[in-house]
Amino acid sequence: MSVAATSIAAPRRALRLRRPSALPGFGLALGYTLFYLGLIVIIPLAALVLRASSIGFSGLINIATDERVAAALKVSFGLSFAAAAVDTIFGLLIAWVMVRYRFPGRKLLDAAIDLPFALPTAVAGIALAALYAPNGWIGSLFNFPIAFTPLGIFIALVFVGLPFAVRTVEPLIADIDRELEEAAATLGASRTRAIFTVLLPPLIPAMLTGFALAFGRAVGEYGSVIFIAGNKPYISEIAPLLIIVKLEEFNYTGATAIATIMLAISFVTLLAINLLQAYSRRRFGHV
Amino acid sequence: MLLIATVAFGQTQLLNVSYDPTRELYRDLNEAFAAQWKKQTGETVTIRASHGGSGRQARSVIDGLPADVVTLALAADIDEIAKLTKKLPADWQKRLPKNSSPYTSTIVFVVRKGNPKGIKDWDDLVKPGIQVITPNPKTSGGARWNYLAAWGYALDKTKDEAKAEAFVAALFKNVPVLDTGARGSTTTFAQRGIGDVAISWENEAFLIQKEFGEDKFDIVVPPTSILAEPPVALVDANVDQKGTRKAAQAYLDFLYTPDAQAIIAKHFYRPQHPEHAAKADIDRLPKIELFTIDSVFGGWEKAQAKHFADGGVFDAILKKNR
Repeated sequence: MSVAATSIAAPRRALRLRRPSALPGFGLALGYTLFYLGLIVIIPLAALVLRASSIGFSGLINIATDERVAAALKVSFGLSFAAAAVDTIFGLLIAWVMVRYRFPGRKLLDAAIDLPFALPTAVAGIALAALYAPNGWIGSLFNFPIAFTPLGIFIALVFVGLPFAVRTVEPLIADIDRELEEAAATLGASRTRAIFTVLLPPLIPAMLTGFALAFGRAVGEYGSVIFIAGNKPYISEIAPLLIIVKLEEFNYTGATAIATIMLAISFVTLLAINLLQAYSRRRFGHV
Repeated sequence: MLLIATVAFGQTQLLNVSYDPTRELYRDLNEAFAAQWKKQTGETVTIRASHGGSGRQARSVIDGLPADVVTLALAADIDEIAKLTKKLPADWQKRLPKNSSPYTSTIVFVVRKGNPKGIKDWDDLVKPGIQVITPNPKTSGGARWNYLAAWGYALDKTKDEAKAEAFVAALFKNVPVLDTGARGSTTTFAQRGIGDVAISWENEAFLIQKEFGEDKFDIVVPPTSILAEPPVALVDANVDQKGTRKAAQAYLDFLYTPDAQAIIAKHFYRPQHPEHAAKADIDRLPKIELFTIDSVFGGWEKAQAKHFADGGVFDAILKKNR
């Protein structure tokens, strides 16, 4: 906005945090922000890292490279990544239909999308396990097992991440100017070309946001997964379960160590997604 | 304020922190105790019960849940509370009769009706092609009894630690789903239809039959199994702080009385004083040759450290089975 103005002012008051505004109260608002963020997010996370740090960096590496922990991390992060990718694609499709078309029951469907937000995750897990078990409604239709395998974990993760993917792209689809599509058509672009060169690019940053949120949710998911996972070490054991196992051994340090490793991997992944997002925002503009 | 008000009305509230399969048992016991206490002292006592995995419950108490009494699946979990919080003395298990266990249980098998795979004994569980359902000993106290029962059987038969380990490893190779708790395993076996046999607490086995129908499941009793002793204990520091010691102590003593022992037998646990229970309730608990954790493993502390600690025998078995 006032890039020029601030850069002129910069030499004189370099450390000034306050942006000129007609509204008062910045000091108070910033104070509250830091206070609550500190109390709710930063202090607990710091305590976590502090507790884990008692085994040292090499201890952390030892735990991360322990075969069983490595296998669980691979299951958790790999399946979360796959589930978030599926959510992003189908979320876009669902959002498109919800925004662009009017049909009976649309409002009901719209509300249903948010259900995974509100449902206690354990309920979701039990319901999914019942459906996909070999004797369940859906599971009995397939001649290979779904529940109690990594595939079951994947389905639970898709379920809990879907609302994020839908809700992040919805407002942007609503914003798309129909005239752009019409212009593309009158200029002779095929429909596929219109989708990939006109419609999709401005949506990519929002899709990445949705992906990041769905991924973040899936990585930490415990309740919905535990009932459908099978929990077999090295095969269908998720990292959060290993944390619980460590706690059952009254090994608080081991548990926080795995948590810290997960935190670090998540942080790096989300940072990468954010960079990609910033890049795509610059590249495709206007969002 | 609230505290003063409750004391003035002569009301006491006790919190019993227990494990999963005792939900129904303590509902009845609490009611009976409250009635008796009212008659004896004129005081109204309400007992709240909290249920969950034994280890998780112990951890809640360690983290500060103000339990007056703990009634858990394993002595090891209460040991851990004593060790980490000092809220009760290390020799807590000597304070009440019978190792502080007012009731015992054992480990049996539940199979599908008619026993299609012909499962009779522990040996049948390690045969290839048999699917066995048990929770994860790392997260479930009940599953630790399952594991130790299998180990004790194999050790008794082979007199060889390495062979016992191979036996238990073969058993866990047959486990397709490792649930986190006893109730989860019950659901997997009974509702999801997974597995040929579930290893289970005896009382939980009867509950499965009662809940899901006797026409669906049979109970198979192996000739030998382990004597499971779920212990109870007063949490001294908590009752002294809350001023509930008298009622809490009376509550635990009550568990050994004829009334309580009859209720215990009704809920498929084995009472310490079977003479007080209804004959029909006792008759349905079959005679099994039971070995104790002390005789085979040298007590919980040793069993815990050797088998279930980080990097212990169970971890090694999982690694080998991969």
